[in-house]
Amino acid sequence: MSLYRDEGIVLRTHKLGEADRIITILTKRTGKVRGVAKGVRRTTSKFGARLEPFTHVDVQFHTGRTLDVITQAETIRPYGESLVADYPRYTAGSAMLETADRLTVAEKEPALRQFLLLVGGLRTLVERGHEARLVLDAYFLRSLAVAGYAPALEACAKCRAPAVRAFAIVEGGVVCGACRPPGAAVPAGETIALMTALMRGDWPTADASESRHRSECSGLVAAYLQWHLEHGIRSLKHVEREQVQGERPSPVTASVGSDTAPHPA
Amino acid sequence: MYEGVVQNLIDELGMLPGVGPKSAQRIAFHLLAADPADVKRLAHVLLEVKAKVRFCQVCGNVAAEEQCRICRDARRDPHVICVVEESKDVVAIEKTREFRGRYHVLGGAISPIDGIGPDDLRVRELMTRLADGVVTELILATDPNLEGEATATYLARLVKPMGLKVTRLASGLPVGGDLEYADEVTLGRAFEGRRLLDV
Repeated sequence: MSLYRDEGIVLRTHKLGEADRIITILTKRTGKVRGVAKGVRRTTSKFGARLEPFTHVDVQFHTGRTLDVITQAETIRPYGESLVADYPRYTAGSAMLETADRLTVAEKEPALRQFLLLVGGLRTLVERGHEARLVLDAYFLRSLAVAGYAPALEACAKCRAPAVRAFAIVEGGVVCGACRPPGAAVPAGETIALMTALMRGDWPTADASESRHRSECSGLVAAYLQWHLEHGIRSLKHVEREQVQGERPSPVTASVGSDTAPHPA
Repeated sequence: MYEGVVQNLIDELGMLPGVGPKSAQRIAFHLLAADPADVKRLAHVLLEVKAKVRFCQVCGNVAAEEQCRICRDARRDPHVICVVEESKDVVAIEKTREFRGRYHVLGGAISPIDGIGPDDLRVRELMTRLADGVVTELILATDPNLEGEATATYLARLVKPMGLKVTRLASGLPVGGDLEYADEVTLGRAFEGRRLLDV
């Protein structure tokens, strides 16, 4: 297979040499691919603009010895164009790309559901129908579910008892009073309901939620995600909540309860 | 592996950006064959640049003194500041001879995925410079890529309440190119930024 074609979302780029870049793309059929795009940093490059992060591209690769070489690229949809005009959405989108990159560890291993989820997440983000943080949290929860880390939200993660009391990241979701480990966070019932709504795609419920429950949900989801990924998501500390009238923009941090330390690697 | 000091030289040269093991070896053998006076001059310049060069206290550009040549030049317009990512961009803009204002070097661009946020750049210093009310126009000349655009959006939002004129460098077709080869993003930008022909 010397030449192959696929469509994908550009996750990130790294400078290489004088004018080249290494482009990481999450493709539909091949999975995550790292390819060299030659000369794209030159202003005369024919496809430099098409290989920017967030761009949904139709791309042709030539199989190389270590890295494949990108020979052609056509834009399907440039999500980055509208995201950069809105800073909170740009930071949320960056966290999505970083998470997709982390959740697809192996290169060239098909990850169709992760790809479709990322495309859906970016589309929802640019359509501006919902608050950026809600879209990001919904993406985090669903991408974790696809990766096999769905949090238990309806019954105790340990004993399946229906009466839930706390959220224990180490146990994998909500826990009952008897199973609750020391230091587990005790979120409001509405916060758990919001997480369930985001997981199911119940946007009317999510959009109607209160700001304090959204903040609590963001903190829990961020901590849960980082614990399972065994690493911090660097973009997360730069994610900005959209300004509600009279409110200062603030970065979202994972600081709910004492059960939020990163996974001991 | 070469004998001690030669291998050390190859290893050190190999640490430079864009220099791989083969290039490092080639440079090392070029230095070994070169005139001792030339090598001495190179070594002296390397030490001198590290000892003398610092960053301008005002704009963050590389400078040989506390302030760079541009910040010291009284003929430069103090009412206009051009914001760039790196010192290399100052040189590129200076070559155009189109800009007579002053600069502000951010030291990079906002890139959350690389962990670089506004606090890691010289944004606070820029706000301090703008606070005295002398500056009337801010030209955002960050790179026309995603990180550069996001940085420009962030800065524009930040200085908006100050009532300054904020402009962004135009993006579009390169001079001397063919329209048919332009990608749709660049061509779209060229359409957005089209100007009235005053004939």
